[in-house]
Amino acid sequence: MAVKWTKKDLLGLEGLSADEIGLILETADSFKEISQRPIKKVPTLRGQTVVLFFFEPSTRTRTSFELAAKRMSADIVNIQTNASSLTKGETLKDTAKNIEAMKVNIIIMRHSASGAPQLLAESVSPSIINAGDGSHEHPTQGLLDMFTIKEHKKKIAGLNVSIIGDIAHSRVARSNIWGLTKLGAKVTVCGPATLMPPEIEKLGVKVTYDIKEAIEGADVINMLRIQLERQGQSLFPSIREYAMKFGLDAEKMKYAKKDVLIMHPGPINRGVEITPEVADGPYSVILEQVTNGIAVRMAVLYLVSGVKERIE
Amino acid sequence: MDIILKGGHVVDPASNLDSESDVLIKGDKIAQVGKNIKANGAKTIDCKGKLVFPGLIDMHVHLRQPGREDEETFVTGSRAALKGGFTSVLCMANTSPVIDNKGVVEYIYAEASKTGLINIYPAAAVTKGLEGKELTEIGQMAEAGAKALSDDGKPVMNAEILRRALEYAKMFGLPVISHCEDTNLSKNGAMNEGFISTKLGLKGIPRASEVVMVMRDIELAELTGAKLHIAHVSAKESVEAVREAKKRKIKVTCETCPHYFTLTEEAVFGFNTKAKVNPPLRSKEDLAAVKKGLSDGTIDAISTDHAPHSIEEKDVEFDFAANGMIGLEFALSLANTELVKDKVLDWSGLIKKISANPAGILDLKGKGSLAEGSDADVTVFDPAAEWVVDEKRIESKSKNTPLVGRKMGGTVLVTIVGGKIKYENGKFE
Repeated sequence: MAVKWTKKDLLGLEGLSADEIGLILETADSFKEISQRPIKKVPTLRGQTVVLFFFEPSTRTRTSFELAAKRMSADIVNIQTNASSLTKGETLKDTAKNIEAMKVNIIIMRHSASGAPQLLAESVSPSIINAGDGSHEHPTQGLLDMFTIKEHKKKIAGLNVSIIGDIAHSRVARSNIWGLTKLGAKVTVCGPATLMPPEIEKLGVKVTYDIKEAIEGADVINMLRIQLERQGQSLFPSIREYAMKFGLDAEKMKYAKKDVLIMHPGPINRGVEITPEVADGPYSVILEQVTNGIAVRMAVLYLVSGVKERIE
Repeated sequence: MDIILKGGHVVDPASNLDSESDVLIKGDKIAQVGKNIKANGAKTIDCKGKLVFPGLIDMHVHLRQPGREDEETFVTGSRAALKGGFTSVLCMANTSPVIDNKGVVEYIYAEASKTGLINIYPAAAVTKGLEGKELTEIGQMAEAGAKALSDDGKPVMNAEILRRALEYAKMFGLPVISHCEDTNLSKNGAMNEGFISTKLGLKGIPRASEVVMVMRDIELAELTGAKLHIAHVSAKESVEAVREAKKRKIKVTCETCPHYFTLTEEAVFGFNTKAKVNPPLRSKEDLAAVKKGLSDGTIDAISTDHAPHSIEEKDVEFDFAANGMIGLEFALSLANTELVKDKVLDWSGLIKKISANPAGILDLKGKGSLAEGSDADVTVFDPAAEWVVDEKRIESKSKNTPLVGRKMGGTVLVTIVGGKIKYENGKFE
């Protein structure tokens, strides 16, 4: 591919071209094999320091990034805190400046506030990788979802992808929408009207409140996690009603195509947005997504670290 | 010393004047306005080719004193006002302590007089501590000189309390300035609700959170017959609601701010916290509706909602950033380029909204006019001068404005307060 990676940061998929997304997916493809070796380590990022700066609890994304960095021989530092405690004292920028002063190369950041990684990218010199900011973007999740789709379907363009659940609060949905539409997929979003952000159709997606419509004809169904705390915020009446109307179960799977892929960014609320027989069923690629996450994150670390350019 | 402003184009809607005239100031009053006034020994200011206005009045500013003198003080806020051509301001009550008792009202006047740069009038809180629960001692504060009542920054969510406040305020002729926001609808919101909030993943504030309260307060104004003034109108439907209310002869006035006729929600792109303000910057349609409301007289006043904030309150995650922007130094230039040049208002129409009408709404005797015997508060403006907003040259103690780098049309040359030149060609007295 002719395209060259030029970006210091990965803040979201909105700012990437189709070629740049293609480059990441291609690079991930070559990294995937490393995790299948008996000795899962390459020296690519030796001597580089990667800081995992997590302001929100996360198990899988943090572990995935950490393993990706470790398998490339980077030195890792974990910082876990929460955003509200920080606002009372040191500001995010001050903390970031301190980390910068310790001469680190890459900061991987998860934050509950949309736009926080951008604030960091504008203030400090290390590369910033967004590991999820508020309801804004979660670019590596979007990329690993596309990587998984491409592995199975051999293409993205022309596919029907349905994203079902809490679209309003979902950074996964937004990154998927940006990435998939750039690569030519047709995206449908489905969820209760209370969890549908205004004017989302302007992003080039179809909106439906009828899960049957979202299932029929879909090549890929990506079920989003419903945050149980949303119950009681008048966003939906009850978990039970949500599961009945928007949960994916064996009954609703009758409408699905025979070769549909079922995806979920995790962690799963079994029996809420997806029933165990679907999550663990033959169409599910949920655990493959997790495996691919490491390859995609290795690719992103590799590209932003600019290692390639230095070797050439 | 007497002052004569020679040969300027005088715009004084209160006395129906919109032509080339001289203005003679004797002591702290306007002595004479007319052609070829002879004034031996008076200091002469050549105003040829310039505009001469009654001193501008900003009926909505946050001067942060007492409590947040790190963000603004009467001195720095007054200098910003003078540079922007404002000679009088109404400062909002959300200070620390809150202006919710006679003592704080008296403090405001004492400090203002010590500062001695512009006329500073206090708005008094509607409810104690701005908590929306108990009425303040409105009568005592009215006697001490409070010019309006407002919990600005917060709505009075309980309609019964606002109803009683309106009724009670009637006895003193005080307007109640309402910050219209249903805080259930706007909760955790960071910007206008719409496509851009969806894109940025920020929680939206629907226009309805403003509009339902505008409508509620209009009904309460009708119920009580009191004077209601709606602060910082930003939404199309709010303009429409006030227009309808005026047709129904309800005593309601309203204001908008320069940012609502200059900027839209697009200014938030890139998570620009300097564009975070409450009510939020809205859509292009709202901006057009605000302009229409200004031109057809629905919107009575232009105020700045000057809201200084420290760097620490703005240079943070968008969700955590404070609402508000400074406005005193830019309002007249923005009105010039966005309203006058754009033919939304002529000069006379603009000066009504930024001087005569605020004086009327707040019942500031002797203000908002250049008629003989009025207070000698005068602003001289050069509409042709151009400048670029430079953070280092901002007079306000805080620099939170999304306008840095923007080319501005028109500059204030002279600001006279009470017959004294307080600002002239970039220099303070």
